Amino acid sequence: MSYLLSNPGDVLTLLLQHLRMTGIALGIAIALAVPLALLVSRLRWLAVPVLGGLGVLYTIPSLALIIFLVPLFGLNATSVIVAMVLYTQVILVRNLTVGLAGINSAVLEAARGMGMSVAQRWWRVQVPLVLPVFLAGVRIAAIVAIAIATIGAKFNAGGLGKLLFDGIQTNRYDKIVAGAIAVAVLALVINGLLLALEHYTQPQRRLKHE
Amino acid sequence: MSAIQFDDVSLRFAGGARPAVNRVTCQVNSGEIVVILGPSGCGKTTLLKMVNRLYEPTAGNIFLDGSNIRQLKATKLRQQIGYVIQQSGLFPHMTVADNVAVVPKLLGWPKPQIQARIDELLDLVKLSPGEFRDRYPAQLSGGQQQRVGIARALAGNPAIMLMDEPFGAIDAITRTALQDEILRLQGQLKKTVLFVSHDVEEALRLADRILIMRLGEVVQFDTPFNLLTRPADEFVHTLLGADDMVRQLGLLRVGAAMMALPPNYSNGHNPTLSHLDSLRDALSLILKTGAPALTVLEGGNPVGLLTLDHIRESAVNGR
Repeated sequence: MSYLLSNPGDVLTLLLQHLRMTGIALGIAIALAVPLALLVSRLRWLAVPVLGGLGVLYTIPSLALIIFLVPLFGLNATSVIVAMVLYTQVILVRNLTVGLAGINSAVLEAARGMGMSVAQRWWRVQVPLVLPVFLAGVRIAAIVAIAIATIGAKFNAGGLGKLLFDGIQTNRYDKIVAGAIAVAVLALVINGLLLALEHYTQPQRRLKHE
Repeated sequence: MSAIQFDDVSLRFAGGARPAVNRVTCQVNSGEIVVILGPSGCGKTTLLKMVNRLYEPTAGNIFLDGSNIRQLKATKLRQQIGYVIQQSGLFPHMTVADNVAVVPKLLGWPKPQIQARIDELLDLVKLSPGEFRDRYPAQLSGGQQQRVGIARALAGNPAIMLMDEPFGAIDAITRTALQDEILRLQGQLKKTVLFVSHDVEEALRLADRILIMRLGEVVQFDTPFNLLTRPADEFVHTLLGADDMVRQLGLLRVGAAMMALPPNYSNGHNPTLSHLDSLRDALSLILKTGAPALTVLEGGNPVGLLTLDHIRESAVNGR
């Protein structure tokens, strides 16, 4: 704790590196997952191979996966970000496909029968209904990404993991504790923010709980 | 001119052994309620959904007010037709008011007009706007949801309403209340209503005419009374339970069976009922009260008498 208080500048730099990696990885992951999920929703037979393949990817230990990627992308943040993107795909694609499939067919039929165009049905009905489910996926993906980014320090990518690994190498327990606390707080805060957003996007549930 | 005209309409789904709808030709008049009745798989819902082009016929044409529906853009066509489905299909993320506003918004109505329309329609379906406007569908009972579903379908002021088993998933008491509501609304609004049902009682209560379907084909299309008294074949006879005399009495009005008030009429002790009530109601009232005669009222004034003999006579003549 004392390390955190006495070196706020260093910790902040590492925190920003950590956030940057997580943010870039999530951005790319979402940009890939949305079209992929739409494709899987349209062509149902793709669900098993795509989700199965992504699931297998998820079972590879992150350290091993990044080592595989280093020859391709170098010993830097890129390899770590690519690993984060690959890991979060299964979470994002699965949540979005399950969310889209979970929309009551009567609701979609009503939308069609009332004369909404394909675009109107998508933006006014499907998007608002699937958004909370999708955001739940983003939240889990964000936590996973934050965890993997911590390992990134081993691969010259910076981030809060640096405190942990430096601490271990130099026997500095204060650094280890500081790193652990910082990563935990970051994960909790991001989780809380996304949870609030999730809550905000479903007014119907919010009222029901009151 | 008929409001809806089916001209030799068929639809065969890809891979279907027989056409889901086979060479249907019939006309629905403006302002009448036509119930499409038949067992499941008879093609009744398919026929309905071709009117708003959720399905496209593989042969034949459908005309609304004389114009072929193929000539209209499907979304434009649908915005002009009220559509009510079984599980209400309300948008769960929208309030009651927003649900009702969907079609007026698609039609590009100005905001103040939409707001006024929402209140008007909620009043019409007996949901107080102050209480229900801002609720979400999940906060409503099944019956209330379907009232909102009806309000939503009426919002764009369509001349034609398509109703696909709207009360199929609703308990019997609420269903009867909603059927009454439909009849009351129809008295006010005079829409052309095409209503799919598999419930004979519902069809007999609501319909001006009933279109009976089996295996994709129209078996008979006539008034409830004619169907009961002159069923085209054994299928119609059995489907409607034409042997059920009490059911027939339910379709006959007291006004048509009563005798005029005798000149010396003075007895104010008879139970009373309206000339618009059915003979089934009358029979029930006689059995319940044990009275020898009922006084028939029209606008609150006695206009005639009805006895068990009159009921028996009507039943025999009807048969």
